[in-house]
Amino acid sequence: MANVELKNVKKVYGGSVEAVKGVSISIPDGQMCVLVGPSGCGKSTLLRMIAGLETITEGTVSIGGTVVNDMGPVERDIAMVFQNYALYPHMSVYDNMAYGLRNRGMAKDEIDRRVREAAGTLGLADFLQRRPRELSGGQRQRVAMGRAIVRSPKAFLFDEPLSNLDAKLRGQMRVEIKSLQRRLGVTSVYVTHDQVEAMTLADTLVVMNGGLAEQIDTPMAIYDKPASTFVAGFIGSPAMNLMTARVADGGQGLSLAGGGSVKPRDTVLPEIGREILLGVRPEHMTVTSSRSTADLTLKVTAVEILGADVLAHGQPADATQAGGELIARLPGGTRVDVGDVLPMAINPGMAHLFDAGTGKRI
Amino acid sequence: MSPRVVFPNKILPYALLLPQLVIVGIFFYWPASQALYQSVLREDPFGLRTTFVGMRNFQRVLADPNYLNAVENTAIFSIAVAFFAMSIALLLAVMADKIIKGKGIYRTMLIWPYAIAPAIAGMVWLFMFNPAMGTFAFMLRSAGYAWDPLLKGDQAMILVIAAAAWKQISYNFLFFVAGLQAIPKTLIEAAAIDGAGETKRFWTIIFPLLAPTTFFLLVINTTYAFFDTFGIIHAVTGGGPGKSTETLVYKVYHDGFVNLILGDSAAQSVILMVIVIVLTAIQFRYVEKKVHYG
Repeated sequence: MANVELKNVKKVYGGSVEAVKGVSISIPDGQMCVLVGPSGCGKSTLLRMIAGLETITEGTVSIGGTVVNDMGPVERDIAMVFQNYALYPHMSVYDNMAYGLRNRGMAKDEIDRRVREAAGTLGLADFLQRRPRELSGGQRQRVAMGRAIVRSPKAFLFDEPLSNLDAKLRGQMRVEIKSLQRRLGVTSVYVTHDQVEAMTLADTLVVMNGGLAEQIDTPMAIYDKPASTFVAGFIGSPAMNLMTARVADGGQGLSLAGGGSVKPRDTVLPEIGREILLGVRPEHMTVTSSRSTADLTLKVTAVEILGADVLAHGQPADATQAGGELIARLPGGTRVDVGDVLPMAINPGMAHLFDAGTGKRI
Repeated sequence: MSPRVVFPNKILPYALLLPQLVIVGIFFYWPASQALYQSVLREDPFGLRTTFVGMRNFQRVLADPNYLNAVENTAIFSIAVAFFAMSIALLLAVMADKIIKGKGIYRTMLIWPYAIAPAIAGMVWLFMFNPAMGTFAFMLRSAGYAWDPLLKGDQAMILVIAAAAWKQISYNFLFFVAGLQAIPKTLIEAAAIDGAGETKRFWTIIFPLLAPTTFFLLVINTTYAFFDTFGIIHAVTGGGPGKSTETLVYKVYHDGFVNLILGDSAAQSVILMVIVIVLTAIQFRYVEKKVHYG
């Protein structure tokens, strides 16, 4: 077990394509760091550089205080769980798990002890003699986990391990991975594009975009204070509403670009006349009783009933131009119909302001 | 099990099978039945008189030391051709798989020899190693090696094996490259993380996963060495010197079409057919059991 430290890590392909443009992350011993971002953001490349499957163009990766840049995957003593599990199809479950230990020349009875222990932990004891193709997706996933566990490596690396599973199994395995990682206390790096996995698994969450880490913090800190419009849009579902606005009303309110005005409470506004982006999460909008207490009015154009929640899609009622769709998440059972005009309040302090030019948080 | 496709038309499936059946019928079943028929007859060289002799052709052939010599030659020749053609092709395929730049060019160049007709390939090797004028023969002699495949049987055997294997390498290479590409890269990466070095990865992961390809090529190469190398042997040594490179298929030709002993030749081709059927059956029954199909 060890901490994992990335210092200004860069990856350049073919001299010109920058996949990772300088990322620094510090993962304390025993913690789980999740790299999340859209496809092509460099998260997998970063993980593969930690694993030693890709060379590091610039910067350093250290595991347990040792710089591992020039080491092969073997010497780094890490274990990796792949998206497609990468189980050896011609070996039994037992041999799949034992393979790494045999390669390290471990004694036979010690291998046997470790494999059986891991199989017990993962509920695979009855499947040890089976071939991977005779297992279900969830079981294969467990074997891939088992192969990582038996090694007791310095760090676990997960490359989208749950994306080949169906929704129900994914939820189940997510919880299992989390509790297993806690129990074993192994430093982990987990790559995903699924924000639910990102939020639930991470001790430290890294939101990546275009080869850069947009924000590194705890999941809740990122949810509460997204550093940019990208992070705001990526974390949270449905995505945060973003409206172009200008500071007006003598610095007391915002006039929306599409028409209408908003006065967010408990929010410090910047200087008058500045163009900004106003961000409000769908769950931070409430229907108020009267128009006088409303920050804006929502003209409903579509309704999605999810059971626990109702999603009201619409536009500001006083909008003079089309576009700028908003989504409000209302409590389940709220009666809303298409065409309704709802007076909405933004919960106090829940308005996010971003610079219109850079997209950075103000 | 997926449900079987049922043709609504009763005749169409047979009509679709017909061209293939006609080809197999004309070029395999008919000549094969002719061989079976001929093998129990004795015919004079001019085809004027034919006598039924039962199994006596077989008895004579199997008691003939020249025939046993051909069996031995064929065994040595086939094993060597299959082994070298496959192992060299595998080595080349593994190497070609690692190339990043100019992959296509390498592959195309390595596949070309397959387009050369066996007799031409044989001639090329013959000229290169001809003791009187061959470049390589000259080099071998300059190096102090007494190279003369026209007089020395074992050297002649080496030459035909080399020519026959060389020609088949391209074909095997193509299949091995395809087989290697079908192995997921993540498996290799997983093995690397699991602490297996390159050699170990090859023997514990890549080679076992290539088994279906290897098995297929084993069957194909055996058949190739038995039958399709006739042209090469004919061009390079003509079965000589003496009878040191005469294989079974070459002896069938020689006894039948040169010496005009049709009965013996037919009996030999029947035996040859049986040998290949048995070999293929053994390969499927015993070797295939160890093959892991994905």
